[in-house]
Amino acid sequence: MTISPDALDGKTPSGSLDRKWDDYKKDVKLINPANKRKFTVLVVGTGLAGASAAASLAEMGYQVKAFCFHDSPRRAHSIAAQGGINAAKNYQNDGDSVERLFYDTIKGGDFRSREANVYRLAQCSVNIIDQCVAQGVPFAREYGGLLANRSFGGAQVSRTFYARGQTGQQLLLGAYQALERQIALGAVKMFPYTEMLDLVLVGGHAKGIVVRDLVNGKISSHAGDTVLLCTGGYGNAYYLSTNAKGCNVTATYRAYKHGAYFANPCYTQIHPTCIPVEGDFQSKLTLMSESLRNDGRVWVPKRKEDCGKPPGQISESDRDYYLERKYPSFGNLAPRDISSRAAKEACDDGRGVGPTGLGVYLDFADSIQRLGEKTIAERYGNLFEMYERITGENAYRQPMRIFPAVHYTMGGLWVDYNLMSNLPGLHVLGEANFSDHGANRLGASALMQGLADGYFVIPYTIGAYLAGQANKKAAPDAPEFKEAERVVAERTKHLLSIKGKRTVTSFHRELGLLMWDKCGMARNRAGLQELLQKIPALREEFWHNVNVTGESTCLNKALEAGGRVADFLEFTELMVRDALHREESCGGHFREEYQTEDGEALRNDAEFAYVAAWEYKNGAANHGPSEPVLHKEPLNYEHVHLATRSYK
Amino acid sequence: MTSTNGHSQTLETDQPGAAQRHGGKVMRFHLKIWRQANPQSAGRMVDYEIDNVPTAASFLEMLDILNERLVARGEDPIEHDSDCREGICGTCSLTINGIPHGGQRGSATCQLHMRTFRDGDTIYVEPWRARPFPVIKDLVIDRAAFDRIIQAGGFITARTGSAPEANALPVPKVAADLAMDAAACIGCGACVAACKNSSAMLFTAAKIAHLNYLPQGQAEKDTRVLNMVRQMDKEGFGGCTNQYECSAVCPKEIDAAFIAKMNREYALASLKDITTGLGSAVD
Repeated sequence: MTISPDALDGKTPSGSLDRKWDDYKKDVKLINPANKRKFTVLVVGTGLAGASAAASLAEMGYQVKAFCFHDSPRRAHSIAAQGGINAAKNYQNDGDSVERLFYDTIKGGDFRSREANVYRLAQCSVNIIDQCVAQGVPFAREYGGLLANRSFGGAQVSRTFYARGQTGQQLLLGAYQALERQIALGAVKMFPYTEMLDLVLVGGHAKGIVVRDLVNGKISSHAGDTVLLCTGGYGNAYYLSTNAKGCNVTATYRAYKHGAYFANPCYTQIHPTCIPVEGDFQSKLTLMSESLRNDGRVWVPKRKEDCGKPPGQISESDRDYYLERKYPSFGNLAPRDISSRAAKEACDDGRGVGPTGLGVYLDFADSIQRLGEKTIAERYGNLFEMYERITGENAYRQPMRIFPAVHYTMGGLWVDYNLMSNLPGLHVLGEANFSDHGANRLGASALMQGLADGYFVIPYTIGAYLAGQANKKAAPDAPEFKEAERVVAERTKHLLSIKGKRTVTSFHRELGLLMWDKCGMARNRAGLQELLQKIPALREEFWHNVNVTGESTCLNKALEAGGRVADFLEFTELMVRDALHREESCGGHFREEYQTEDGEALRNDAEFAYVAAWEYKNGAANHGPSEPVLHKEPLNYEHVHLATRSYK
Repeated sequence: MTSTNGHSQTLETDQPGAAQRHGGKVMRFHLKIWRQANPQSAGRMVDYEIDNVPTAASFLEMLDILNERLVARGEDPIEHDSDCREGICGTCSLTINGIPHGGQRGSATCQLHMRTFRDGDTIYVEPWRARPFPVIKDLVIDRAAFDRIIQAGGFITARTGSAPEANALPVPKVAADLAMDAAACIGCGACVAACKNSSAMLFTAAKIAHLNYLPQGQAEKDTRVLNMVRQMDKEGFGGCTNQYECSAVCPKEIDAAFIAKMNREYALASLKDITTGLGSAVD
């Protein structure tokens, strides 16, 4: 492994933590209103981060072009977030503050995020709520008409704002409507059904993108003064996840191949309460709200032989309530990473339930007996109904079956305090960047980060870059664009020409199983090294044996998927290398070799308190990267003291 | 492989063990699916026989299985839209046996499972049928008209950074709840597909109600309803004749009463438009 000797500079402003952002805003270069319209900003992806950024920048006077692969910007997967959004408003008078939200987020991330970014996030959180309310987001209200809050994700204060179980939908629609208004005004030119397939660098700066029109297949390029990637996470590297079918790593991975560093790709979040996989036809996984664990008891049979029996025939003494047994003080409410790993252990032990053996029971019988079915129905009725729709089982009569699933990715393209990557002009927002969640994201924090980046951070930090770019426009007919278009067209043609025997999905599914098995909830050296053999082999087979049907000149979803899976087949190797190099356990990254005697994550602050940012190196072999170079950004904690998370 | 005259060939499982891995419960269906190469060409119903479909599969997973088998035989897969597959993004469509989203109350196509069908059923699968939603390919339709209706007024003008403190403006819980009821719309377009007039009044009314119930939405209340309704008409959507099939197929069960609210507000705003010259703010 090659390690760069130079420490990566996050460009955190100097001064005390609580003054950094204010001082930054005071000092950052401004662009004259008359000059703003001379700059074109390319926004790729229109979820919470992209839509909020595109709308805000257009309102400020920049020319904005926005791109999404959906038929409408309203479809982005931000829409599926259920729980809520955190903000340090302290409306409940329960002792919340910016400082407390900051600390909870840093600690939740297992001390692997950049202090100054997280503090800024906590500061911006209060403005987000104001902004969303002004847009008409119908947050839950008290009878007096003021905003309601609930507690979430183990926080000791009630700071989560919510719109029934559809908070992500309502926040996205707010940003989408602001965006549509700018489209109507002509300030944003929107390109739906348009997928970014490459980044264009001119003179080392990100000055454009190459896109494919998904309806007619036309490949074209767009020149701009800066590029914003707001393209979400890479959870679909595992094939099965709670992400939408379309979620992919292509935009960020293509930027990585042009030299943008990819940070902490091994940090993935596995959510403990999802509906288990039913069979190999399964296309995605569905999250069940974690709140169910308030009244449900998690168990598996003590004996393997009992796994096939109906749960009602397994007597109380033959059941292993393993969370209550292992974590007596937290019990069924043990944190996400702990609960997920415990479920995996039970199933690895051969005691998993359900048709595939990959499931554990979440049993409401005791609660129904104690509180009555009516109370349980009031609390969780919609969830029980959703469960029944998917599984055909009535959870009032028999225990639910649940299993962990990939849910969110904390890693992403490396960015500095300005949200700019090491490639000048390339900004990265939302889940696509790495900056705020460290090794583990807390509940109700993803929506907060996407909107903070788009509404309140990029409108300031973009000036820092653009102020120096007035006379450095890339000509749209520059040879770099034509060359990039040629490369994309050739790759598309190549994918369609292979005409092998296997479908794109079959490769994706196989890759996902490998990753889930060896680079999922628990990882070890041998397994990861095995992946470094198997992934390149699978990639090799893909380029010889995939069958991408149809043509390039019309709507062709197999072709879209083919390109995305080809990128996953390279990107997963980077995830594995990162997981292999990080010889410690922290947050969502659990290395079996590094655990305490009682099975808890064992962090190694002396050696690993840094961001691992990987630089792409072209491989000699066909279609494969060679070993990337590691750049380290040391995490200097000036404000908080590193501590061990304990849940015993 | 396929034909339009009923002599269709069975698309069998490629791996004989598949049925066992699904607990042995599998089904067989006769499918009649709309295929259309592009917006210009004429489409047609094509017959497919499919067996070994696990009962636990969702409707879209059944189509995935069919597509995998079609590709394995060198045929083009059937294009259809989907993304979140948990009933919230509004991307999936499909008129199944004549009913948008297949007739399971309060759910989108992605939440419909094969166990709700009987083994051996014949299932008709078509795209949304409405002139303002042209077919792009097979079952994929273009719903950009909905975005243009939102552009006409489906927003509250609130520049980033200009918002007052959130609790400075109390919103009565009843209003907030009604706004949320309306805001639950996922923009799938089933309401249009179900309507014999291809009316988009439920979609449009839901957005107007969401914003007009709220105190924040009052400043643009009149221009919003006038502009959105006019855009809806311009797109070629029809009017409501009170059959409420829109509401019956809506995955979020949006109440058709919002249409009455829209009509009332439209009438009042039109009157103001004539008498006070509100028109300067109206397109």
